[in-house]
Amino acid sequence: MKISLNNRDEEFEQESLSICRMLELKKLSFRLRVIKVNGVLIPKERYDTTIIKDGDNVQVLYLMSGG
Amino acid sequence: MRFSEIKDHLSRFRVGIAGAGGLGSNCAVALARCGIGTLVISDFDIIEPANLNRQYYFVNQVGMFKTVALKENIARINPDTTVIAHTEKLNESNIPEIFDGCDVVVEAFDRDEMKEMLAGTILTRMAGIPLIMGSGLAGWGKNDSIRVRKIDDTLYVCGDESTTTDADGPAMAPRVGIVANMQANTVIEILMLKKSD
Repeated sequence: MKISLNNRDEEFEQESLSICRMLELKKLSFRLRVIKVNGVLIPKERYDTTIIKDGDNVQVLYLMSGG
Repeated sequence: MRFSEIKDHLSRFRVGIAGAGGLGSNCAVALARCGIGTLVISDFDIIEPANLNRQYYFVNQVGMFKTVALKENIARINPDTTVIAHTEKLNESNIPEIFDGCDVVVEAFDRDEMKEMLAGTILTRMAGIPLIMGSGLAGWGKNDSIRVRKIDDTLYVCGDESTTTDADGPAMAPRVGIVANMQANTVIEILMLKKSD
């Protein structure tokens, strides 16, 4: 499948992926974040049940301590 | 457009600021100087000497609540900006009440888990209100790593999205100030496009 991840085209061998699996594959699994799929906020409790499919627009925003 | 016209336009809006530390105090002062009508500022902390390396407070204000001191400082800069100060800790249930009626909300917390809580609450319970987050400002130098990223019309993030004060050095005035002013600049950009009703 092909998706847009933070406005960049990304290709995966898989037809679909859970958010958790995608974060693992992209090695993005260690930080707090805000994730929107096609403009909809995904609560973190649903990262393992929300499935990303071909054509989806995924936005991942990283939350870093400091202010 | 003249500054007097810009100020006149901005005076009709209300901006929420969640946190009055390095990001919040500097962002609030920048917005007050531009003539924002009302700032709703929420924080529960007291000013400590260590805060003076980056936060918009003075030595004689150590020991005061940040909300009270910031209101005082803004009154000395632009008394036309009304400051509504809430000295309490924000949570999922009081955020929608405290920031009710705000045209934009600025996330200005220190800890990542508070940033996450605020984003989750605003994006679900106050959907449609633009949220300007700050993320990634630790250390010094690397000016060009700091940027604003627009996720969509209701979510923007200012910062480098990679450095953290736990691992990459302390929060210091220059980079905190850049992010705080970038957040304020994003607020102005949104409000200048908004018709006042």
